[in-house]
Amino acid sequence: MRRTLQDKLAILADAAKYDASCASSGTTRRDALSGGIGSAGGTGICHAYTPDGRCISLLKILMTNFCVYDCAYCINRVSSRVERARFSPEEVVTLTLEFYRRNYIEGLFLSSGIIRSPDDTMADMVRIARMLRQDHGFKGYIHLKTIPEASKELIDEAGLYADRLSINIELPKDSSTRQLAPQKKPETIRAAMAGVRLSQEASRDRSHGGKRPAKFAPAGQSTQMIVGADSSPDRDILATASRLYTGYRLRRVYYSAFSPIPDSSAALPLIRPPLMREHRLYQADWLMRFYGFEADEITAGGKDGNLDLAIDPKLAWALAHRASFPVDVNRAGRVMLLRVPGFGTRTVDRIIAARRSGAVRYADLLRIGAVMKKARPFVALPDWSPGGLTDNDNLRARFAAAPRQLSLF
Amino acid sequence: MYRVHLPGRSTNAAWRDAARRLASHRILAEKVEWTRELAGTGLFGFDPLPANDGAYEVTASKALIDLTGAVLCHSDPQAPALAYRLLLRHQYDRRALSNPGDPLTQRLRRMEKSVRRDIHKMHAFVRFRELPTEGLRRSFAAWFEPQHFITERAARFFAVRFADMDWLIATPEMTVTLRDGVLGFGPAPQQRPDLPDDASEALWATYFRNIFNPARVKISAMKSEMPVKYWKNLPETRLIPQMLAEADARVAAMRAAMPTDPPQRATRILDKLPAMPVANMPETLDQARDAAMYCTRCDLCQAATQTVWGEGDLNAALMIVGEQPGDQEDLQGRPFVGPAGTLLRELMEEAEISAVWLTNAVKHFKFKPRGKLRLHQNPNRGEVQHCRWWLDLERRFVAPRLTLALGATAAYALTGNPGPLQNRRGQSEQAMDGGPVLISWHPSYILRLSGKEAQSARSMLLQDLRHAARITI
Repeated sequence: MRRTLQDKLAILADAAKYDASCASSGTTRRDALSGGIGSAGGTGICHAYTPDGRCISLLKILMTNFCVYDCAYCINRVSSRVERARFSPEEVVTLTLEFYRRNYIEGLFLSSGIIRSPDDTMADMVRIARMLRQDHGFKGYIHLKTIPEASKELIDEAGLYADRLSINIELPKDSSTRQLAPQKKPETIRAAMAGVRLSQEASRDRSHGGKRPAKFAPAGQSTQMIVGADSSPDRDILATASRLYTGYRLRRVYYSAFSPIPDSSAALPLIRPPLMREHRLYQADWLMRFYGFEADEITAGGKDGNLDLAIDPKLAWALAHRASFPVDVNRAGRVMLLRVPGFGTRTVDRIIAARRSGAVRYADLLRIGAVMKKARPFVALPDWSPGGLTDNDNLRARFAAAPRQLSLF
Repeated sequence: MYRVHLPGRSTNAAWRDAARRLASHRILAEKVEWTRELAGTGLFGFDPLPANDGAYEVTASKALIDLTGAVLCHSDPQAPALAYRLLLRHQYDRRALSNPGDPLTQRLRRMEKSVRRDIHKMHAFVRFRELPTEGLRRSFAAWFEPQHFITERAARFFAVRFADMDWLIATPEMTVTLRDGVLGFGPAPQQRPDLPDDASEALWATYFRNIFNPARVKISAMKSEMPVKYWKNLPETRLIPQMLAEADARVAAMRAAMPTDPPQRATRILDKLPAMPVANMPETLDQARDAAMYCTRCDLCQAATQTVWGEGDLNAALMIVGEQPGDQEDLQGRPFVGPAGTLLRELMEEAEISAVWLTNAVKHFKFKPRGKLRLHQNPNRGEVQHCRWWLDLERRFVAPRLTLALGATAAYALTGNPGPLQNRRGQSEQAMDGGPVLISWHPSYILRLSGKEAQSARSMLLQDLRHAARITI
């Protein structure tokens, strides 16, 4: 029986939903004034939201969900009995353009199961991107999920058409990857990421004549790590993330709480996805990228190397380092202000701007947008002193949600 | 009391003219009433605006103009008056604008944010439907209800994005069109236009239903980013109630389902995949290299990118052994390509060494991430000993007549002597597997020194390289 486009879209969108990334930001500015269709650049746009709270910015589909690999956590592994389908490259191009013209999406996020060989699969994906860019003058966003085992030439060509390339690291530890995804090789994955970084850096160097080479994946590369499918504690997850950020200049590491999949493998528990843990990991990730925290500081105080699920990681750090508080908001430097719970990067920018117009007071902080409920015990102001609050034994309990009686049924 | 009547389009310019005139007379904000087109008129007893500019100079920074421009789009009838208040304030207190703690600034910033968000949401939530057309350009239309007066501001985005098609966006405020590449503005339609059905909308609905993961329902996150006030013009939101109603049952069914047996083709496909290239006892250098790529003898492989195997002339009489790959070596997968490697290659050229096998005592990069850098860390003895397995294999297959050890780690790996280099540099020692080992400085040591010390260390390394070249000719 031939499947209709509707059927294929249903199967191949369903198969793609476990990829967390949907970003469409941070690429070069382009528009269609000089021909073609589409624009990009600046902040991304989320065109819709599904009830799982995730945005739809890109048409996120698999080219095919046939796959020769047998990764235990993946719905598309070869040993799964999930329904299979395959788009032709023309179908992907048409869907992308028709959705784009109706303003449903910012572009395409194309991933794929591995058919025949990694090179064959990657070549088909590159062909789709090339058709969109060259045949249709598509200026929107393209994110290609790169297959790490594919040849360097194909990845380099992909980088010419795609705004972002991503290669999934899959699991926080090599041993878990070897066990759960026996056909994937952590070394190959990292080497591919290193290759993307080097190609990107090479594309920034001007030649002797001052000519700029073609742009290579201007929105950078990202990756995704599955949380909760193996027993790695948050400490290992964040250490891996921090190595990926420094080593390969990733724009983002996405943490994906392992969620039950249809026809799951016996190797993995069908747990409720650890959404709170995922949330705390994202908070910790932000602390590493924008707040000057190192990975090991964040998990230092936690139990068994895990983050405290009841309170956010910055608050947990502050509670463990009360000797550094209260912070004098009118005198402290940016680095220290960033460590105050309840102060975001923007709050800190505003505090520093407001200090030029005179002393900052409690009411000013409220107007600026600081979360004073959180910040109160950790700051000193001309009209506010936390007194004994900073060292109060019950401080953590004030912030953590009250324990809840578990359901008996 | 003065009254200024602002038009529905080009509101900004009209406001600026009037505000400048009023401010040049320093007319107080309380004395001015601002109205917008559509608002009821009919009150009398207002003074006409002064005919000429007054005695005071009026200045406005770019930041102020940007802020008032956005605020004037706000649906709050107070918006023009608040903007005027800020303009007056700006004449004697320029700092207020850059003080986020100032109550007036904060109020206007908040309005600006709301306007910006509404524009962003219009960019996101306009849904075009295709119209039948005879011309070459395809034609689309949409109906959208923004919260503020933003249609004009938001229009450019659509003009540069959908430049190759004709389109029309109608809002309760006005109608924007792009016809043959020309952007036009017209009056709002009398009522919500009836748009024809579009077949792509069914595909979109299919996509929306299937990209949803029923195991992670988070309704509040959805509603905060896609506020319910916009839902009535978004076709996909009609599916949400049913998707939510089915979510729990779908997850429960997934949990209840027992793992099935893999389909028959699974084993067939898996058997065909190439096996891991692991040889317990490699018989050639290439076999050794392939096996080393997946080495897990110590923990360094967890963090490093890849095994950096030696390279060079297989038949060389000279082997140069460094400490471990650095940042660049780790990324590129080749030895001696970073700053220290560049120095070494420079000196090798000076010493006229061409046939050589270059490698490291430890094949994985050991580092600590700090901010944006990966700081080099010395390998410990255990790591060196684990990696000696590979170094020994390399030495067996390359069989050099002389080995040059660069730095203490290489010297230890080859000779087993962990002593300091100060007195050993330039001397020849016996390798553990036989053969002479000439000991010298590591080029990165030279890079860490400066001035005369660096010069002398450099010439010592060069001298050792020349010495090695003479022996191995």
